[in-house]
Amino acid sequence: MNNFSYTQAGSAKEATGIRKDKPQAAYIAGGTTLLDLMKANLEEHPLLVDINVLPFKGLEQTKDGLRIGALERMSDVGENALVKQQFPAISESLLLAASPQLRNMASIGGNILQRTRCGYFRDAAFPCNKRVPGSGCPAQQGDNHNLAILGVSEACIATSYPGDLSVALAAFDAVLTLENAKGKQRRVPITEFYLLPGKTPHIETVLEPGELIVSILVPAGAYTQRSTYLKVRERSSYAYALTSAAVGLDVQGGSIRSARVALGGVGAQPWRSREAEQILTGAPATEATFRAAAAAALRGAQPREHNRFKVELAQNTLVQALQKVAG
Amino acid sequence: MDTEPAFFETNPKAGSVGQPLDRVDGRAKVTGQARYSAEFNSLPGLVHAVLKTSEVAKGRIQSIDTSLALKEPGVVAILTHQNLPQLAKTPNSPEGKKAIGAPMGFLPLTTDQVHYAGQPVAIVLANTLERAQHAAALVRVSIAAEKPLASYADPRAELFDPQKVQDGKTEGHTVRGNPKAAFAAAPVQLTHTYEHAINHHNPMEPGSTTAHWEAPDRVTVYESTQGVTRTQKALSAMLGLPTEQVRVVTKYLGGGFGCKGSTWPHTVLTVQAAKAVGRPVKLALTRPQMFTSMGHREDQTQTLKVGATKDGKLLALLHEKTSTTSPWDNYAEPNSRIINLLYNCPTFESTYQLARADVMTSTFMRAPGEAPGSFAIECSLDDLAYQLGIDPLEIRLRNYAEKDPSNGKPWSSKSLKQCYARGAELFGWSKRNPQAGATRDGRLLVGWGMATASYPVHNNQGTARVRLYADGHAVVQTGATDLGTGTYTVMTQVAADALWLTPDKIRFELGDTKLPTAPNSGGSVAAGTVSSSIYMAAQDVWQKLIKLATQDKKSPLYRAKAADVVVENGRMVLKANKAKGEDFATLMKRNETTDIEGTGNGKYGAGYESGLAAGPADSGHQDDMAGHSMHSFGVHFCEVKVDPDLGTVRVSRWVSVHAAGRILNAKTARSQIIGGSIFGIGNALMEGTFRDPNFARYTNSNLADYHVPVCADIPDMTVEFIEEHDPYINAMGVKGIGEISMVGVSAAVANAVFHATGKRIRSLPITPDKVLETKRVQA
Repeated sequence: MNNFSYTQAGSAKEATGIRKDKPQAAYIAGGTTLLDLMKANLEEHPLLVDINVLPFKGLEQTKDGLRIGALERMSDVGENALVKQQFPAISESLLLAASPQLRNMASIGGNILQRTRCGYFRDAAFPCNKRVPGSGCPAQQGDNHNLAILGVSEACIATSYPGDLSVALAAFDAVLTLENAKGKQRRVPITEFYLLPGKTPHIETVLEPGELIVSILVPAGAYTQRSTYLKVRERSSYAYALTSAAVGLDVQGGSIRSARVALGGVGAQPWRSREAEQILTGAPATEATFRAAAAAALRGAQPREHNRFKVELAQNTLVQALQKVAG
Repeated sequence: MDTEPAFFETNPKAGSVGQPLDRVDGRAKVTGQARYSAEFNSLPGLVHAVLKTSEVAKGRIQSIDTSLALKEPGVVAILTHQNLPQLAKTPNSPEGKKAIGAPMGFLPLTTDQVHYAGQPVAIVLANTLERAQHAAALVRVSIAAEKPLASYADPRAELFDPQKVQDGKTEGHTVRGNPKAAFAAAPVQLTHTYEHAINHHNPMEPGSTTAHWEAPDRVTVYESTQGVTRTQKALSAMLGLPTEQVRVVTKYLGGGFGCKGSTWPHTVLTVQAAKAVGRPVKLALTRPQMFTSMGHREDQTQTLKVGATKDGKLLALLHEKTSTTSPWDNYAEPNSRIINLLYNCPTFESTYQLARADVMTSTFMRAPGEAPGSFAIECSLDDLAYQLGIDPLEIRLRNYAEKDPSNGKPWSSKSLKQCYARGAELFGWSKRNPQAGATRDGRLLVGWGMATASYPVHNNQGTARVRLYADGHAVVQTGATDLGTGTYTVMTQVAADALWLTPDKIRFELGDTKLPTAPNSGGSVAAGTVSSSIYMAAQDVWQKLIKLATQDKKSPLYRAKAADVVVENGRMVLKANKAKGEDFATLMKRNETTDIEGTGNGKYGAGYESGLAAGPADSGHQDDMAGHSMHSFGVHFCEVKVDPDLGTVRVSRWVSVHAAGRILNAKTARSQIIGGSIFGIGNALMEGTFRDPNFARYTNSNLADYHVPVCADIPDMTVEFIEEHDPYINAMGVKGIGEISMVGVSAAVANAVFHATGKRIRSLPITPDKVLETKRVQA
């Protein structure tokens, strides 16, 4: 870890101002991802700007849906009664992630910005196009057991976002509110927030330098209440998903009126599957429908040697999640 | 041997041995008073060391640029192969390696060669840990890299027959009878191949060393080691100092599992660094460095051929193992050992093949050989049972070995049948559905599996000193180490019983080369050897007291023959007239004797009789010591629930029943069996280190991505012991339980997975991808 300075920003304006002057500085909230990256010398920042006192808090139901302040902690949001009742998939995605200690520290904004667990990215001894553009991607021929099969490129097959929350947010068309150094806010749907690797896997989101995540708005619908997050992993807790599915269904009289589907662990980004949703919408809530939707979601998968199992596993995960909410 | 030697009874009144006494060191540990080897921070002028390691697996160091790092504040020195003082001896030659007892025939920082990823190339020393870490990041190492070879699986790998394995300790070829002919003629033939991922020990406490040169030729090393004596021997050989000028101290150890059983390079490098800068130096390995600094369980494939009769009786066992070793050493854990003796089989053969790769040497890891070997034999026996329609427990009884088949000797004791019976009863095995893949709990498949466990009783030497004071307390000392499993506690109990005191009157000290030597705490030897040493030392004290009494005119025992005096209820009394006698305090006070010292050694039993007991710094002999073959036995029963669509396997019930001689403490013993079983469940279901085939470097060297079980993976576990008196093994009749607890565990899990799914997975760990793949392929 490099030596760094630390300062606390009292306002968003102050925080973004510091970043404008020192582009290499980093914001720190819970620090659960950032410090790991710095300890491994994967990121070097001369200055950390503590944003914990910024007023990006709050958790409330507005007329547009659920508004979550970016500085809320994972544990608080996951355990919130409103979230549990109205948006179970979001609550479950948070409570199935990390460990209680990490969830108590980690912020929602930081969770959205966590970085891949690809072993080649996490060890500076390896080449990695995401870390050092143009250096290569040993994962293509190496340890790709838990890497992505959808949206991947020759340059990168990482699950760029390895976590859970953004999968649920992607399913529900969540919209991020961002604020830049000029104090100007803009809104970006989370499905447009993450970028596919293509030839530039080092550019992971549309976030501009210095821009802050202020809050997340999750529109409510019948499908948000009848939703779930199913996570498959190699041990019962404290493990990243091999595959996961965030689904929400509005079923009336055995027929699906609307559906929301996103997959985790398989995409280069949280993988919203409108293909699956198309098949589900208007169809009977049967296993045959779910299987057809799952097949559609994984069409176009490009597995490597050690992650072929994910094509089947992701489909089974999705089917099981849909069965659960269909009742 | 025709007559059984006397079996020492412990003090029934004090009643301490065997009881679930709470850990005597528990309070010190939870309050932070217990100091581990990286916690001697008050040494004057202490310097923090950080290892800079090689990113590549093979190559030659071109240059090391330390200029930037040396300018940083607080940096004391940066040592490389160019400026580190030379050692008297290195393990780089076979003779040097043998003299040192080194686990690896190569010491980093002695040449410009890089032989494995993670090899130390520089030691950075600074006055704080953070400054040392920062400076290490600024050291620029330029290496002319060559393409490495990562494992035996690489098509370029050259396989060879090592003749001997486990670093020369075990024969690589064993043949009994004519196994090839017996297999060819067998009515039932099975040939199966088993694969094992690399496993890493990962104790909570990383490898750590604090080295303090108190004089130019005298050093004290606080070391996280399973054996202070072995470390002392290794360091004194390398440093060229008499052993008494190298003191090694290990008061507390945060787990070892075998990786702390040898003296690895970082230890001597720290000692050299301390010498070079003339200040105490402390090094604690980082978690990623734990994957490349203290060995691992090697990647391996085993093929087992089983020939049997149609009623399930074994006729032939042929075992082959192929595994990866380092550029210098022929290390392979001896899987065949357990296969040769677990069941009654008239013929047997084992062979080993190794391939050299650009990796560090693998090493012993909890039940080395027995753990993977039992996976092969116990899965194959399960296959045989299903193929012939015989209950898996019944087929084991049909092949029950009444004598050790590997050498024809009688067992010193064996209570496996009782273990089977009790385990089956506790588990409810009789209610088992004989059909595989036919039991459900909702959408989950339910499976039951079982497997036999066995582990040798290694016979080692150990010594102990007991000093009994007239005021009724005693100081008991031995140079053993406590891995954290309860040595402090059980030895306090043994000493209390042997001296007829209560445990609170015993001050037990260990972990220092200034104390009487004891063997490495490895191979499950500590409990048996150390307890016997203490027991014998206590007997020495009593004999001295009896002598004093019989020569004391004022003693009721004056002029009695020593042989006619016995100790009962803490009193020395005449065997013929137990009313006549006195207690030790009265005797000692009258004679103005403040204290009496006794010494004892634990090489009692078969090893003692044959004179073949191993020295304290060597690994012990495990069998054929005298007339008996010495092993502990047990059984694991396991229930799993498998999601057939998601491939997830969760253990839902667990029963272990073992017979391991005398159990010294019901609570710590139960904890140890639970811990070993969980260790085995990790091996079975999730542990595996991935070595990149092109870079020969690990991709998951951290505890987020190298999975060990979490609490949620483990159900309530039922553990019981069968009472067993073994008069042959050692004075206390203790076999040791550190390793048997994980033998057979992976097979019990795999057998349960088979019973649940009807599909056999022969590759560890059994992760969801393999469950799905096997379902697809075998469908």
